[in-house]
Amino acid sequence: MIIYMLCLVLFSIGLYCVLRKRNIIKIIIGIGIMEYAVNLFFILIGYVEGGRSPIYEHGQTMMKMVDPLAQVIVLTSIVLGLSVTLLLVSIAIKIYEKYGTFDITKINRLKG
Amino acid sequence: MIEMYILLIFMITAAIIAVAAKDLLSSVVAIGAVGIGLAMAFLVLKAPDLAIMQLVVEILSLIILVRATTRKDLPFNISGRWVFNTLATILFAVVFLVSAYASLKFMPDLGSPLMRVSKVYLSEGLVRTGAMNIVAAINLNYRALDTLGEATMLFAAIIGVLAVARKIGRKG
Amino acid sequence: MNKSPFRYDRGMTLIVKTVTRFTLGFILIYGIYIAMTGHESPGGGFAGGVIVALSFVHIMLAFGKEVALKRLRSNLIRLIISLGALVFLFIVIASFAGRCVPINLFFARDISCHIFNNAVIIPICEMIIVGAGLFAIFVALVLLSKSDKEFE
Repeated sequence: MIIYMLCLVLFSIGLYCVLRKRNIIKIIIGIGIMEYAVNLFFILIGYVEGGRSPIYEHGQTMMKMVDPLAQVIVLTSIVLGLSVTLLLVSIAIKIYEKYGTFDITKINRLKG
Repeated sequence: MIEMYILLIFMITAAIIAVAAKDLLSSVVAIGAVGIGLAMAFLVLKAPDLAIMQLVVEILSLIILVRATTRKDLPFNISGRWVFNTLATILFAVVFLVSAYASLKFMPDLGSPLMRVSKVYLSEGLVRTGAMNIVAAINLNYRALDTLGEATMLFAAIIGVLAVARKIGRKG
Repeated sequence: MNKSPFRYDRGMTLIVKTVTRFTLGFILIYGIYIAMTGHESPGGGFAGGVIVALSFVHIMLAFGKEVALKRLRSNLIRLIISLGALVFLFIVIASFAGRCVPINLFFARDISCHIFNNAVIIPICEMIIVGAGLFAIFVALVLLSKSDKEFE
């Protein structure tokens, strides 16, 4: 229970960063922290006490395994997080090239 | 689970440093520390596939973020309604945490999940697919269309980056 | 490409270049190994593909942009990505249309017949897509930030 709550505290740190900061790179970092927290929460849900990793071996003795389905879903989620980060970084570089700043309150000109 | 407490406290500290640092390069390095801590947490929680994946992806995104932020620093400025904005954001986070605490009481405890679907995969996966790694068996056999969608998503991101980063069509 | 005045276009120091020459092949082969043995040990196609992309990024950071792009042209990268994606799409759609369930056509009835098994084909396709695609993204971002410096 305390581990779940610490994981959600990590999520809320990312939420604070996204809502409060003005720098675009800081906002991308906040989105990354939220994504890490959600991935960790999925794996914590699927953890089995005293289990082993879901890979069979010849002559194994410990038969209890952790949940493989949560690991598959998180595997997809990491890929999507990488894609989103790359797209956001390229758009941020383009914004810097056009406006000369990363501050989101200064980006208010339509053209120029 | 004492090592999970240590890793989580390390990750929270690094995340606070990443949020609060005034230098962009320092905060990018701090989020790299968060990612490495997450890879170690995956290793503790018996998920070696995810540990490899997270480590490699973290290195790549760290290189690209450092490449994006070199010599483009910005002074930290505060103006206008600072108290109200910060209080509203913290209130929102507190409401989120309290409601999450109220709903976490109805979930199974840590270490004893339900695993209603995964029992079938664990009992039949080795015989039906011939793969020793059950994660690869689910990812490539039972849920192959899911993997196709994942590759499509990455492909769409590649097309988007190449379209944003092109130089044709800009004058002057 | 015109003569660029920036220092990182000529690459890093001699130590970095020598170490890169030694370790490059090992990184590439390790990526292919991770991708090929994903069905019996930890790993998989995506992680192998990212390691392959990181080896090309390694060349580019150590030797500069021109040397890396001389080995791998931009049109060639796009051709490789498209071929990998088409093969992957063909496998999944064919198995879906053939037997209505993706596990039926390609799962190993006989463990010894691995040649057309999706424990081998799909990880290789995924490795090709991911490796070439991420390197293409890195090249695009580097070219973009370089033009941005000339713009200022």
